[in-house]
Amino acid sequence: MKQLKSICLLLMLALLPLPLMANEQKEDGEALNIPELVLEHLADAYEWHITTIGDKHIGFDLPIIIRSSQTGEWFFCTAHTLPDGFFFNEEAHGKIYERVDGAAVRPLDLSITRNVLQIWIVVAVLLVVFLCCARWYKKHDKTDKAPGGFVGAMEMLVMMINDDVIKSSIGEKHYKKYAPYLLTVFFFIFFTNLLGLLPIFPGGSNVTGNINITFFLAVCTFLAVNLFGNREYWKDIFWPDVPVFLKAPIPIMPAIELFGVFTKPFALMIRLFANMMAGHAMILAFTCVIFLGWTLGPAMGTGLHLFSAIMLLFMNTLELLVAFVQAYVFTMLSAVFIGLAHKEHGH
Amino acid sequence: MITSLLLAAEGLAQLGCGIGAGIAVIGAGLGIGKIGGSAVDAIARQPEASGQIFTQMILTSAFVEGCALFAIAACAFLI
Repeated sequence: MKQLKSICLLLMLALLPLPLMANEQKEDGEALNIPELVLEHLADAYEWHITTIGDKHIGFDLPIIIRSSQTGEWFFCTAHTLPDGFFFNEEAHGKIYERVDGAAVRPLDLSITRNVLQIWIVVAVLLVVFLCCARWYKKHDKTDKAPGGFVGAMEMLVMMINDDVIKSSIGEKHYKKYAPYLLTVFFFIFFTNLLGLLPIFPGGSNVTGNINITFFLAVCTFLAVNLFGNREYWKDIFWPDVPVFLKAPIPIMPAIELFGVFTKPFALMIRLFANMMAGHAMILAFTCVIFLGWTLGPAMGTGLHLFSAIMLLFMNTLELLVAFVQAYVFTMLSAVFIGLAHKEHGH
Repeated sequence: MITSLLLAAEGLAQLGCGIGAGIAVIGAGLGIGKIGGSAVDAIARQPEASGQIFTQMILTSAFVEGCALFAIAACAFLI
């Protein structure tokens, strides 16, 4: 009997958007374009759109900071007050372009877009969480018992990454130099992925599903590996331990190894980008299926709504796991690559 | 004539994208299925190690999915 009440409550929650949908009148010319809706939510934007109630758009405009490539003048405006000569280029994913002698030219665009604001929010969350944890350690002595509660949970997570991933991959001698970078990368990716799952304001922007962000993270790993590699590492790339005919007249193996130096961070970039973008796209697609079902009539509506609600619950839970796993895999692979760059002779 | 050729080419590109993504997912499904099967076998042999085996399984699945998503990202350019 108790479980019956819980089940009924769950069903009621699943059908909660029902009255909202019953009131919504779709204009006749406006068909539901699911691919466009999904891509719009995945892409970056010059304003943060929160919701649309009837005709009113609720959201806020973000500052646009552009420097004309023609006159060199800086403009500060919002998406509704673009100066003359600038326009949103639909062929270039809605980015701001400038009309110069009939051709469209991209100006220097340093706008605070939705992804930038989301990254700042994640940075603020990271600072608050970790500075609070650090304060606990400053106030307590080494001989006190271990922290409990939130600080204890963060310590468990940090120690797990530190010991199982970083120390075991890089080795005792060098791991302390790279632990700050690797821990930052792990928590940044983890928190950004988690905040991307929230449907509403301080979260909801698809940051790690943006290939530019993951490109930068991969470049950071590339620099961390190659700028500090020891001689053993570079010797293994340019003169590997293989039969001479593969190295001497035509450097086949060195070419392959050099290619590998670039493909490993490239794989890191693509893995994180594709996983997060695919996850967000699936969640958005299932949500759009609900709206699609209701335009087809009440019978299809209820059926598709129930199906989509259950699939959404499953997908969101899966995405929670994927958020952690992708951050863990990125950090682990970066640690392994850094460890490979500091190999001692004779391993 | 040219326009119908161009339209056909674009349609073929989208068809290629769909077929490529489908084939990539077959590979991913087979790979992850094998990983899951071996993991379950290993847990059946030694239930005390199930924590470590589960971690390894999730990790290796992430790599296999990475490969499949490579192919899907490449196909997405063709849409």
